[in-house]
Amino acid sequence: METVLAVVVGGLYAAGIYLMLRRSLVKLLFGLALMSHAANLLIFTAAGFHGEAPPLVPEGSRALLPPYADPLPQALILTAIVISFAVLAFGLALFRRAYSEVGTDDLDQMKATDT
Amino acid sequence: MNLLPVLPILIPLFTASSMLVAWRSRRLHRVLGAAGALCNLAAAIALFAAVEREGIVVLRLGNWPAPFGIVFVADLFAAILVAASAVVGAAVAVYSLGGMDPERESFGYYPLLHILLMGVSGAFLSGDIFNLYVWFEVMLIASFVLLALGGEKEQMEGAIKYVTLNLVSSAIFLAAVGILYGTAGTLNLADLAVKLREVDNPGLLNALAMLFLVAFGIKAAIFPLFFWLPASYHTPHVAVSAVLAGLLTKVGVYALIRVFTLLFVRDPAFTHGLILGLAGVTMITGVLGAAAQSDFRRILSFHIVSQIGYMVMGLGLLSPLALAGAIYFTVHNIMAKTNLFLVSGIVQRDSGRLSLADLGGLYKDRPALSALFLIPALSLAGVPPLSGFFGKLALVRAGLELRSYPIVAAALAVSLLTLFSMTKIWAEAFWKPSPMPEAEGRRRDPAPATLYAPVIAMAAVTVAMGLWAEPAFALAQRAAAQLSDPAGYIRAVLGGGP
Repeated sequence: METVLAVVVGGLYAAGIYLMLRRSLVKLLFGLALMSHAANLLIFTAAGFHGEAPPLVPEGSRALLPPYADPLPQALILTAIVISFAVLAFGLALFRRAYSEVGTDDLDQMKATDT
Repeated sequence: MNLLPVLPILIPLFTASSMLVAWRSRRLHRVLGAAGALCNLAAAIALFAAVEREGIVVLRLGNWPAPFGIVFVADLFAAILVAASAVVGAAVAVYSLGGMDPERESFGYYPLLHILLMGVSGAFLSGDIFNLYVWFEVMLIASFVLLALGGEKEQMEGAIKYVTLNLVSSAIFLAAVGILYGTAGTLNLADLAVKLREVDNPGLLNALAMLFLVAFGIKAAIFPLFFWLPASYHTPHVAVSAVLAGLLTKVGVYALIRVFTLLFVRDPAFTHGLILGLAGVTMITGVLGAAAQSDFRRILSFHIVSQIGYMVMGLGLLSPLALAGAIYFTVHNIMAKTNLFLVSGIVQRDSGRLSLADLGGLYKDRPALSALFLIPALSLAGVPPLSGFFGKLALVRAGLELRSYPIVAAALAVSLLTLFSMTKIWAEAFWKPSPMPEAEGRRRDPAPATLYAPVIAMAAVTVAMGLWAEPAFALAQRAAAQLSDPAGYIRAVLGGGP
């Protein structure tokens, strides 16, 4: 399972970086989205798999019994997904506006503020 | 439960949300914007006084014990920076009353400013690395909107670069947090400091340190990750430039100092040696970039990069004196840099332009403004008795003590070049006769008091930090002592001996 996910995470990063190196605004945004998905999966993978049982204290017992799934990475990922969703929605609106304001979606043309 | 550490977060949140309720009333926004920022300043000073008196203040939310619940930790370093950022917040909120245009005001400028302040305070006070990430995002999303507010073509281009590089940095930060959790099994900073001592995998720790260095390095704008800053900071409204220039990169520096004094201290020859090298190159590239510019705000933007080099130099040297110098320098820089941007705003209002070639004659027309420019400008260059001199003195002394002569040479040379850039602005904008015919885009009426009051107040802080340098520096040394001995931080958060 770890191996498969590691390959998936690596693939997502590679695809994200490749898209970000293209010249189109839309591909840049897709690249950012893939990067954040890769980071989320990476948290899930790096935290390790300790079992599939839900982390609930069984009746009559006073503590969790292993093996149970660690709930914290999932909480982290949930937070990160919400944040990246909001940021990407903003990014989409910003890029749309930038496209109509600058008149091109070619990043190589957007050199007016460079020094 | 001592609620003081969350007040600098709750007050901006409350201010911003009450403004959202009254979205259409621009007047209410203005009143609340200034009043909320002043309340925030009062709370930040109260927090600072409490930390100064009682030592590290810890708030455990819901009274959950430390590694399990969320904690807010205010050590002296964090409290100093919270107070400094509240000063900037109050100055910019008051400045905006006279300097902000009605369009931006009615599109929610003041709520965004307060959300930004909330994010900055939260990042300083968070005692948990994942919460640090969340506060970074709060701060970033507010700064994204502030940067794009107004929707001019230049702003859009600047915003794309800023947003993209900051999102990349966040993705790297998040990945680093994930791997850190997989390695140590905790996210509480104090608990991490304990657990990472036992991790027997130096290669992995160094790799993690580098991920954090890249993530925070992009936010702090260190070499070679600073390109977004000079490409975007001169585009928005000048009040926005001032608050971003004063605060955002410093949050990155804060995160670097926190992480590299608390967590990654096992292999300082590698990590801190690298940081020191980057600091030198950051200073030099920043100041050379500034020397090549001929626009008021672009010069200032490049100087942000160059000054970040000094703060990071203090971290790279990692002696208590160097850290104290870095802390003192950071506060000095927050004040001086914000103030210079605010002055550039008054220049723009009075002359209608900011390109040095078109400016001129300001010394004759506005002698008071010229004096107010000189104070932060000379302070930035490090002329005694202003605050920048003492920060650089401490850093240079620390460098000499540790025999790091190349970085000392770089720091001194960059200081000279900074003076060169500041005199360039002075000679071009203030001294030379105005190249424009009279009354073309110029305003005869003096700027309102709401523009001058924050500039004067911040100049007073700069002068005071220089005149009372000894108590101010003693404070920085106490903060640095807390940073160099993490045991106190760990004990305050976790309770009991580690």
